[in-house]
Amino acid sequence: MVEKKSQKIGVYVCHCGGNISEVIDVKKVAAEAKKISDVIISVDFPHMCSELGQQMVINDAKEKGLDKVVIAACSPQFQGPTFAKDLEKAGLSPYVLEMANIREQAAWPHYDNHEKATEKAIDLTKMAIEKARKDDPLEKGELKIGNRVLVVGAGIAGIQSALDLADAGFKVTLVEKDPSIGGKMAQLSRTFPTEDCATCILSPKMAAAGDHPNIDLKTYAELQDISGFLGNFSVKIKHKPKYVYEEKCVSCGLCEEKCPVNITSTFDEGLSKTKSIHLPFDYAVPYKYYIEADSCLRLIHGGDTCGLCQKVCPKDAIDFNMVDTYEEIKVDTIIVATGFDIFDAKEKPEYGFGKLKGVINGMQMERIIVKIAEGVILKELGKKIAFIQCIGSRDKQIGRPYCSRVCCMYAIKQANLIKKMDPTRDVYIFYIDIRAFGKGYEEYYNTAQENGVKFIRGKVSELIEDPDTGKVIVKAEDTLNRQMIEGEFDTVSLSVGVGPNEGTQSIVEMLKLAKSADGFIQEAHPKFKPVDTLIPGVFLAGMAQGPKDIPDTVSQASGAAARAIALMNQGKYYYDPLFAFIEKDKCNGCELCIPSCPYDAISMRDGKAEVNHVICKGCGVCISYCPENAIDMNLYSNEQLLVEVKNAVADKGDEPRILIFADDMTSYRMIDSVGTAKMSYTANSRVIRTPASGRVTPELILRAFYYGADAILIAEPEEISSPYKTSFKEMMKNYNKTLSIMKEVGIEEERLLALPFVTVMLVKFVNTVNGLNNLANKLGPIPKDKREKLVENLKERLFGVRNE
Amino acid sequence: MSKIVKITKEAAEFLNKIEELSGEKITSCIQCGICSSSCPMVNEMDLMPSQIMSMTILGQKEEILESKSIWICASCFNCKVRCPRELDLAKVAEALRQVVLRTATDKININDIPEDEIMELPQIAIVAACRRLTN
Amino acid sequence: MTMKLPYYPGCTLKTKAKNFESSALEVAKSLDIELIELPRWNCCGVVSSIVSDNLIEHLAPIRNLIRVQEMNEHGLVENENRLVALCSMCFNVLKRSNLRVKENPDDMQTINDFMYKEEDYEGKVEVIHLLEILRDMGFDKVKEKVKKDISSLTIAPYYGCMLLRPKSIAIDNTEDPKIEKDLMMALGARTVENPFRKMCCGGHQTVQDKYAVARNTHTIINGARKAGADMMITSCPLCAFNLDNRQKLVKEAHPEFEHMPVLYFTQVMALAFGIDEKYMGFEDNYIDPRPLLREKGLLKAVSHKE
Ligand SMILES: Cc1cc2nc3c(=O)[nH]c(=O)nc-3n(C[C@H](O)[C@H](O)[C@H](O)COP(=O)(O)OP(=O)(O)OC[C@H]3O[C@@H](n4cnc5c(N)ncnc54)[C@H](O)[C@@H]3O)c2cc1C
Ligand code: SF4
Ligand code: SF4
Ligand code: SF4
Ligand code: SF4
Repeated sequence: MVEKKSQKIGVYVCHCGGNISEVIDVKKVAAEAKKISDVIISVDFPHMCSELGQQMVINDAKEKGLDKVVIAACSPQFQGPTFAKDLEKAGLSPYVLEMANIREQAAWPHYDNHEKATEKAIDLTKMAIEKARKDDPLEKGELKIGNRVLVVGAGIAGIQSALDLADAGFKVTLVEKDPSIGGKMAQLSRTFPTEDCATCILSPKMAAAGDHPNIDLKTYAELQDISGFLGNFSVKIKHKPKYVYEEKCVSCGLCEEKCPVNITSTFDEGLSKTKSIHLPFDYAVPYKYYIEADSCLRLIHGGDTCGLCQKVCPKDAIDFNMVDTYEEIKVDTIIVATGFDIFDAKEKPEYGFGKLKGVINGMQMERIIVKIAEGVILKELGKKIAFIQCIGSRDKQIGRPYCSRVCCMYAIKQANLIKKMDPTRDVYIFYIDIRAFGKGYEEYYNTAQENGVKFIRGKVSELIEDPDTGKVIVKAEDTLNRQMIEGEFDTVSLSVGVGPNEGTQSIVEMLKLAKSADGFIQEAHPKFKPVDTLIPGVFLAGMAQGPKDIPDTVSQASGAAARAIALMNQGKYYYDPLFAFIEKDKCNGCELCIPSCPYDAISMRDGKAEVNHVICKGCGVCISYCPENAIDMNLYSNEQLLVEVKNAVADKGDEPRILIFADDMTSYRMIDSVGTAKMSYTANSRVIRTPASGRVTPELILRAFYYGADAILIAEPEEISSPYKTSFKEMMKNYNKTLSIMKEVGIEEERLLALPFVTVMLVKFVNTVNGLNNLANKLGPIPKDKREKLVENLKERLFGVRNE
Repeated sequence: MSKIVKITKEAAEFLNKIEELSGEKITSCIQCGICSSSCPMVNEMDLMPSQIMSMTILGQKEEILESKSIWICASCFNCKVRCPRELDLAKVAEALRQVVLRTATDKININDIPEDEIMELPQIAIVAACRRLTN
Repeated sequence: MTMKLPYYPGCTLKTKAKNFESSALEVAKSLDIELIELPRWNCCGVVSSIVSDNLIEHLAPIRNLIRVQEMNEHGLVENENRLVALCSMCFNVLKRSNLRVKENPDDMQTINDFMYKEEDYEGKVEVIHLLEILRDMGFDKVKEKVKKDISSLTIAPYYGCMLLRPKSIAIDNTEDPKIEKDLMMALGARTVENPFRKMCCGGHQTVQDKYAVARNTHTIINGARKAGADMMITSCPLCAFNLDNRQKLVKEAHPEFEHMPVLYFTQVMALAFGIDEKYMGFEDNYIDPRPLLREKGLLKAVSHKE
């Protein structure tokens, strides 16, 4: 943290091929930067990220001996890593780079006001220069990684990832919560668009996963907890009792014959019966019996009740005394492949699912078709059959605005199959739009039309039953002909959409993964990192990440395996030195910080606090707990945030100044998106990037007001999707503490806002910032004496008696 | 002969006006037609509810304002609770009626209704009809 | 202890739907609820204004809510912010206006400024339907008061629009309401589900185009008939008129059509509670339910008012 007395700073202002220079006077920005002490170079350039631009930085750094580099261009999200690499090539630390985000934060959102955009760009550049001045030439952290992988969920996604990894020689633990692997695909009839039988293509893969020497299969197992980090995750697994010893059971089926309890089969979606002791399904892996505990007479009543299965088992494989068992394993990387659930059509009671005899859902239709092929009638379909699309998809009423991407195609497939089995059937599909986007899909849709399936463009509003005939009455607008049509059907199949399941939710909570607006897991970058998460070493595959069909699921699963292999093959992992540290000479040993860390990274040694850099995730929430200001952190130090604040308000003139503390993961990216969408908001705003909003201390906020801020927004991801366990809570705590001091001094509380966002809340952001600007205009500036009062006796006010 | 709808500046103005009056973003309609199939009065209408939406987008002012449909809408909100975009067609219909009524045109005249009919009708029906159908 | 609640009758309950009011008040009394009529109430506004720029139409409903504040101030009720409505339409309008001003403080301010002669509305009143009061106190309590076995009656509840839509005012699941069914079952009646129980009767269109409304009536009554009902219940005088009175037009168009009595839910309650027949006001129902009730042995051979 010791600042070099005299430094050499290079500043580069990018035109971005006109993107920036058409709005911002880049020459002026460069000239203003040049005036700042220690800035020895300040130039503008058409494309900083071009070969030429990059080479210029490298050469200058080497030849002119630059200590710090500031690039005023696009968001650090985009070219930050590129320039950091350039610095390394020039022999500098990658952490002496600062980027002034003058494209997403100035040129684009303020395209309608060149003058103000330029002013803002100058401020952003100054802020970056002053922050750079205080950058330490840090080195990257380094971690060792082994070859152990945990794959969670054994649907087709998990199976594919596990096989790829195992074939490449990695040690895989495949954990599945159900008694067999296979997932939803195991229930399907045939697969669009080729109509190959799902079982025939899936079961060889299931068998391979079951036998592979590098795959340790754990079925009927749930994850209890995951802790640690890349290269050293500890995973606690709970094994639910099957009440049948897998090693002993030979699947003779004598037990099932004797079992007196009939239950409905979940595998057949409630359309058939099975026994309390049964096989998961016909080609399950492992192919072993198990007892569904909540229906077994013995397990419910205890004592000597029933026990017939045990009596007949020739292998003595049944044991009613089995209990939950736990184990803990260590892995280096994790692939989350927890899949999906179909939409529960009972949430739309107007369609009568579960009430009207003729109404079924898409998964039931799959089971019915499979069984017809086997000669079993789970349910008579009759001659007149209708499919209704978009049930539980593209529907704001139930908070699912997204398209489920598989239901159009599976309905077309089912229509084709039932029509082929009996061409005299009259089959209708009521749709809003047919989404046949994949390879061979449009052609497959055409075959359905050629097979005589009738497509009606109009969504059915409700279903009722004719009590006399038991038929289902369907009424819809034929929107292409602007007429109402009505008909009676023997069977109506609701093409239900897909959504995230409970299993996914529990992993999301354990790993603190981010979720996207649709509730599925958020990938690290929608284009370039589609199978990564924001957590190093954790990857995604299949429906858990969002709706997709089998081809996409399998590609993604192989992609996730490849990403994990790429990481583990290096044997090492480099990470940003983003962690907190204690300035020992200031620490008084009060231990107040110890409980504040949600990851238990702080401990005491020789009467002083100490942060374990490997465990610390860098949220910075501990900092506001220290009465001695002894805690600081890399990349976002106390001093750095303060100079940014100072420079953000220094030249505000008569206009109000709105400061936004934006967390790096969510809000900062969201503000970039606002820029990219060219949504205009007040140019009186300045954004300060933080690792997490829990890093924003009451002192920082109060000083920001003291220096001249007129209103402040602290933006944070919604609690549920925050990558840091307690950041949201701590932010609210700091916010409330600050409010109480503002109240004491008589400053309007509305000037400070702390709000949760997700990356897509662009409009909310724009409205909030504009709202703050209007408010600041309405209230007028804060009087100087009040500003001064805010920072008087800060230590006493913030830590009060605690310090005494 | 097929009809040609001209895309004009007035058309856009009409859409803006109706969006403003109704407070609904009419252009977000996906023409799924569920409003029509949920409408209890659809059999009495000359334009389908969904058609009112699409024609308002195109600014087909005369055809809409002269239609029977906007007066037949019973404001039952069944379309509103079913529309996948949560659009409120009752509000759109009210806005369209207001455009006509604010030119001081009444849709019904109480004096035209026979006396014995009036005697029989519940008060609430008469007041409601006046509210929705007169200026 | 008697529960005292401010009560908003609305115009129709004082004229065409007297039987609804008289049965409701009596039934409430048996349940130890006193419905105290709002002093100086005015028209509810009847249909909520739904265009964005027309705040004036919310004045009338809000003024009624101010009366509830006054009742508290004058000690007519004690700390009671609930305002009970019987007519579904009044309920809907009052509740929506209330929501609108509660959610938009600026609108509340404008309305308060406009009605400067009144005290300010503070936004604390809660508009509630009698059905909700009954559900909240528990249908078991209702069951305790039953004196007459009405299990011979098969009833099709009818909800219509105003209790369920829009979702913001719904007293039950908009798509799958159960409240009336649960109440009827507590009374000991059999119930059946009419698939058209949520379908709009046509409402005020009855003034403009009575034949259109009659066609809806036909669909709705047929639905109840096919489901096996011998009568329907409702909570709205406008629905009651359309479903009851408009059967006349249905019959004209379809001579084979069979009439079906349409009762207010409170009339059925009164019947089951064994309340004096004069409060039920069956003579005001267009399709007279008495022959049916006599046939089922639920009424004396000939009652006094015929
Ligand atoms: C009716 C229907 C028909 C379809 N037809 C076709 C078709 O013809 N062609 C096509 O390409 N696609 C089709 N699809 C899509 C296809 O089903 C999916 O693309 C595919 O199943 C996704 O696989 P997955 O492994 O991601 O998810 P899943 O199959 O859901 O597998 C996830 C697995 O993870 C397990 N799990 C969940 N949580 C946990 C946890 N916490 N711990 C341990 N295990 C957990 C689950 O038990 C499950 O076994 C259809 C979908 C439906 C609904
Ligand atoms: S795939 Fe088809 S049915 Fe499914 S949500 Fe999308 S449009 Fe609707
Ligand atoms: S809170 Fe500060 S002073 Fe107290 S132990 Fe932690 S670092 Fe030291
Ligand atoms: S609170 Fe955050 S920054 Fe502080 S030690 Fe813990 S993990 Fe690190
Ligand atoms: S229901 Fe909504 S989206 Fe569908 S056509 Fe009607 S207005 Fe448009």
